[in-house]
Amino acid sequence: MHTMSNNSINEPQQDSTIFLNKVSVKYRIPNEAINTFKEYIIRLVQGKINHRSFWALKDIDLEIKQGEIFGILGRNGAGKSTLLKVISRILIPTEGRVWLKGNISPLLQLGAGFHPELSGRENIFLNATLLGRKREEINEKLEEIITFAEIGDFIEAPLRTYSSGMQARLGFAVASAWTPDILILDEVLSVGDAAFQDKCLERMAGFRDSGATVLMVSHSIDRIRTTCERALWLDHGKIQVIDLADEVCNAYTEFLSI
Amino acid sequence: MIYDSTKRKHPAIEELLALFRYRDLIYQLVRRDIVARYKRSILGVAWTMLNPLGTMLIMVVVFSHVFDRAENYAAYVLGGLICWTMFSQSTSMAMNSMVWGSQLFRQIYLPRTSFVVSTILASMVNFILSLVPLGLILLISKIPIKPSALLLPVSMIFLLAFSLGVALLVSSLAAFFPDFADLYPVLLTAWMYLTPIIMPLDFYREILNGALLYINPFYYIVNIFRILIIDGFVPHLQTWVAAAVTSFGMLVIGWLFFCLKSDSFAYHV
Repeated sequence: MHTMSNNSINEPQQDSTIFLNKVSVKYRIPNEAINTFKEYIIRLVQGKINHRSFWALKDIDLEIKQGEIFGILGRNGAGKSTLLKVISRILIPTEGRVWLKGNISPLLQLGAGFHPELSGRENIFLNATLLGRKREEINEKLEEIITFAEIGDFIEAPLRTYSSGMQARLGFAVASAWTPDILILDEVLSVGDAAFQDKCLERMAGFRDSGATVLMVSHSIDRIRTTCERALWLDHGKIQVIDLADEVCNAYTEFLSI
Repeated sequence: MIYDSTKRKHPAIEELLALFRYRDLIYQLVRRDIVARYKRSILGVAWTMLNPLGTMLIMVVVFSHVFDRAENYAAYVLGGLICWTMFSQSTSMAMNSMVWGSQLFRQIYLPRTSFVVSTILASMVNFILSLVPLGLILLISKIPIKPSALLLPVSMIFLLAFSLGVALLVSSLAAFFPDFADLYPVLLTAWMYLTPIIMPLDFYREILNGALLYINPFYYIVNIFRILIIDGFVPHLQTWVAAAVTSFGMLVIGWLFFCLKSDSFAYHV
């Protein structure tokens, strides 16, 4: 059923959240790395710039429905991160169409963009605007972020006085303050101590229950099997199998054991 | 909110709209640049004023023996220096902000011009602060401030537009070739000596019948600034047109170049 539906759709459906049609990404790699301007000019004059291209993704068709929990499996270099980049608008595909409905959680490393000289409060505003939030939206959530991050009186102190755990907690609190329509879970969360990790997982579960679409990338086949409804297995930039999570996990396990 | 990669407008227009949507981010970045700069220094804001003043003093002492005391030399040098400092510092900082920003661009979607634009705007705030020592020198040199000074904001917009255009151009070059960041300060030094910043205008007028001035886009921008505040008259229409065309021409070239190249920033691992 599921495999069939993905091949026959050319337009996003009413209940689609993510829709990819014949999406391909071609990276161009110079045969020899040209990293300097000087070298580039010399090569240009000599007419010696050769590029080798390779397809990081090739003809990806994918339709994910609202509220689905979808798993992505594949070895390193199979194209998983390129697929996530295309979905989160970081990369414009070389060919094909990417269609999305709703806002997407960032692939951001927690706390990227923090400034050590600014106070915790100022950093909340900076970080949240980097995530595309408006000032009023941030004001609304400010107290909640401070409480969740367990920063307390340190909120007016410059960030350089924070412990690494406090910085990570603040980063997570900002990144997860707003319920995304599409949540990307890449690798396992490792923020702060065990108690805080439980709090993080609880919040993630809350997002899922509130109807967010979840895209989960994991190396753990068991994790995909137990949490996801559907999944795909990516290899060499192509979808090998896309089906119910159980079927995909079986196929992938079989492939790995060969 | 729906995103469709096939229904995008021209990259230059798309970027302009995205920047408007992310205006709160621009505000936060400008604020960060200014607050962070002054937070850990005792004299704080005063440095922005003392720095060009100090350089001017050195120039006046050194060059008053070389040239036979050009008219209003102190104000001339200071006026030129603050314009040049705004241009050279803001473009260099914008270029470096792209290096910092490129890590973020690989992780989240942001308008690609946001770091360059915010850096230039923050530098403009510093430029406005450095007008204070210039006013002081005008006072000391007994140069009266004429009504033409009211047009100063227009010449500042030229300076802003030109700096932004160049910043976008050099930032995209630096994104592809990291060593361009090492080359740029050298280019800037050469450019400064080709521009009437420190040496009097007459010195350049004598070289190749002033051709060196006419091919130098920055001359038009610094020229109009000095006329308005030091010479104290409203220049001819052609002086305005020359400054407007160079500055906005540079902005359009820089914007187009940057936006057409920015899609491939993320491809450039």
